Amino acid sequence: MNYHFNFAPIFDQWPILLSGIGLGLLLALVSIAIGSALGLVVAFASRAPNRWLRSLAFTWISILRNLPILVIVLFLFFGMPQLGLSLDKITSFIVALSLYASAYMAEVFRGGLLSVPQGLIEAGQAIGLTSFRIKRYIVLPIMFRNALPAFGNNFISLFKDTSLAATIAVPELTFYARKINSETFRVIEVWLVASLLYIVCCYAITLVLRAMEKRLVLEKT
Amino acid sequence: MDWSYFFNEVVNNRDALLHGTAITFAVSLIAILAGTVLGIVIGIAVTYGNKPLRWPARLYIDIIRGTPVLVLVLATFYVSSAVGFNLTAFQAGALALTLFCASHVGEILRGALQSLSRGQIEAGRAIGLTFGGIFRYILFPQALRYALPTWITAAVEMVKASTLLSVIGVAELLLTTQQIISNNFLNMQFYLLAGVIYFLIDFAIEQVGRFIGRRLEQPTRRMV
Repeated sequence: MNYHFNFAPIFDQWPILLSGIGLGLLLALVSIAIGSALGLVVAFASRAPNRWLRSLAFTWISILRNLPILVIVLFLFFGMPQLGLSLDKITSFIVALSLYASAYMAEVFRGGLLSVPQGLIEAGQAIGLTSFRIKRYIVLPIMFRNALPAFGNNFISLFKDTSLAATIAVPELTFYARKINSETFRVIEVWLVASLLYIVCCYAITLVLRAMEKRLVLEKT
Repeated sequence: MDWSYFFNEVVNNRDALLHGTAITFAVSLIAILAGTVLGIVIGIAVTYGNKPLRWPARLYIDIIRGTPVLVLVLATFYVSSAVGFNLTAFQAGALALTLFCASHVGEILRGALQSLSRGQIEAGRAIGLTFGGIFRYILFPQALRYALPTWITAAVEMVKASTLLSVIGVAELLLTTQQIISNNFLNMQFYLLAGVIYFLIDFAIEQVGRFIGRRLEQPTRRMV
């Protein structure tokens, strides 16, 4: 193999690569925020007394979890304008990723809800809390605490999924990596740098989440 | 909306769609099978290996899992030709998905093996089994039971990830759909159709997984 490494053309574009990874992180953050809010509603619906509401929630989860995210992205960006709903590429990608995230977050929260001991809810009823207050002060705090590790894993997955935005020309890291690849032909270098940037970011996210978990999760006694 | 035109177009393109679905099946199957074999080796190395075995396996899992699949696919495709392996798009894509699958299976197996108690290995040694024997008769059957549901989820992920090969020009279901759309501009209808086909494949795998999971479920899990 006589390939001469030359990283200079890649590091010339360093600010662009960083802006790309910044946009990726932003897309993931916005999507997980919207997806979590939506997922929370779906999780409560999946435990609702109403049978139709429950099956609606499970259908939502099942459909979105079994669709490839790329198909959702392309459908929203290229398909929806036909129904008169034209979104720009960043908005449309955020909508796609948020919908996808909502199904995964609903599963996470559903698991969190199941982990709240029934006795605590009964204790809340015994001291005369309304059902809203039981949810607000007992169920939600315990659920969030239990859901935190799974939340972190989903955030990392979503961050990696932002690379798909490149397929609809959203200028994030993978988009720029492909661009530099075709402009400079520094093939190995550019993919090495791009993967390393993703790995470092994922690792940094893991560290932040671990610190959060340490603060929030009670020691098991 | 003109649905009759759409149905006409589906009938006209049925061969292409079937061929695309077949490619999706083929590449997913290769990735799942080869990835599982490689993943089992990595999972064993990372759980029971000595340092020179464990570290590369750990590094492999962390690197592949830290990289988006799309980057993995693009990197495999471009880098393999840059270093002189002339892989076709299909081969490069299948290789990328296999590497991806192996890292997941490795991690799944590690989780399952570590949930088994250490005493079982000692018991195996005490009755004179070699490590191969212990793994084959004691550890693996139990690990399989815990790992199978997650493994099925990984298989669904592989089918979903196979859509990314459309980016490097493998004519699987999604790229076929895009080619059909470029002729008739029925964006929404054909993406919807592709979505339905993917959903049916993944849903079927999920249901099979649930069925097997129920069959394998232990009535009680005794902790030793």
